[in-house]
Amino acid sequence: MQPKLSATVMKERVMTALAGVSDPEIPTISIVDLGMVEDVRVHEAPTRVEVDLVPTFLGCPALAMISQRAMTAIRTQLGLSSDQVRVVFSTRSAWDTTRIHPQGRDRLKAFGMAPPPKVSASEFVAGQTSVACPFCGSEDTKLENIFGPTACRAMFYCRRCRNPFEAIKPV
Amino acid sequence: MTIEGPNHVKPEYRIPLTEVLWQLADDDLVIAFRASEWLGLAPHIEADVAFASIAQDEMGHATMYFELLEALGEGSRDDLAHLRPSAERRNAVLLEIPNGSGSYLHEPHFDWAFTVCRHYLYDVFEALRLEALTQSSYLPLRQVAQKAIREEVYHLAHQELWLRQLAEHSKLTRARLVDGLSQAMSWAGDLTWAAPWQAAFEEFSLVPGYRALQQRWRDAIDRKFREWGLPLLKAEMPLNGRDGRHTRHLDDVLSTLSEVYRLDPTAKW
Repeated sequence: MQPKLSATVMKERVMTALAGVSDPEIPTISIVDLGMVEDVRVHEAPTRVEVDLVPTFLGCPALAMISQRAMTAIRTQLGLSSDQVRVVFSTRSAWDTTRIHPQGRDRLKAFGMAPPPKVSASEFVAGQTSVACPFCGSEDTKLENIFGPTACRAMFYCRRCRNPFEAIKPV
Repeated sequence: MTIEGPNHVKPEYRIPLTEVLWQLADDDLVIAFRASEWLGLAPHIEADVAFASIAQDEMGHATMYFELLEALGEGSRDDLAHLRPSAERRNAVLLEIPNGSGSYLHEPHFDWAFTVCRHYLYDVFEALRLEALTQSSYLPLRQVAQKAIREEVYHLAHQELWLRQLAEHSKLTRARLVDGLSQAMSWAGDLTWAAPWQAAFEEFSLVPGYRALQQRWRDAIDRKFREWGLPLLKAEMPLNGRDGRHTRHLDDVLSTLSEVYRLDPTAKW
């Protein structure tokens, strides 16, 4: 039996656990970096943790895996049983790409993926933005397809280093 | 007026609420299925990639609407998606028409121009409907709409791009496009059909401005068709899907879609 933890310490540990849960397809970025953690509620007695996540794209097939991983990470970090932890997806607030933390944007680039440009989806599809190549930094890039290998990505081509690359599209 | 959730729903509100949710869920489920049938078959690699995402997005939206129905005690979302007979489905008939002759597994001679037109007509309507739903009195629905509308921008942009390309590229592409458009318009009537009993959608602010959607849809497509030099055809309604009347093609969709589920409802994916 582990000693009882205070609510503050529990909450910190939950956040630490969540910071270690990565996107299944972009291993360098965590769900905290992505701005997917909406709310964390802890209760000391009886010990209980509830986490609300927000879905990035509603049809994203990784969502179930993400909530499962978050659940496991929290249970391991705090030594709790499955009925003490609840992780749910909520649509109370709508995720958008401005919720990605600055650190998350850097980690996307490090993975070779351009972070979402800070424009609206309508401006993006009209090509009214430049997206820097994550490999060479050039702004001389071209939008090739507003759809990519997953629902959240678009395809670009860099005219300078002649690499195709993916960008998270703004929503 | 805001209805916070299922526990605040009164009987007179419940009937139109579930009706609008059936339409939303069934529309997106069926269009997602038809979109998925282009995987590996689309005439262009980028269109193939696009249709994969579009199918996934629409299926995700259908799931959200079925979950809202589940929360209202209508049954489990998977049962609602898989097991309801076609006479209970409320999707627009336009969305169930096959992509062309043959089938996905056998001689799929699909019609790209028809598909692009069908999706375009639907996406224009969906954008207007979702915009209205972002003001819906039912809070959980409003929240889903606020999220889904952001994703739909990309669908409409993609279909507009293809329509313009087919309209402007050559005589052949244009002739095929006009043919596809007339096929699509020959079924499109029920998409925007506002029955008298659907006045409740407005009365309870479920879909504010619902009856005006039909005209707004017409204006939006006509404006673009004029720009692209396409004929302004009447939206015919040989069958009304909003009333549960469908072609046999919907039975084909449902039998393929729910084949595994009917075999073993406890199967894990």
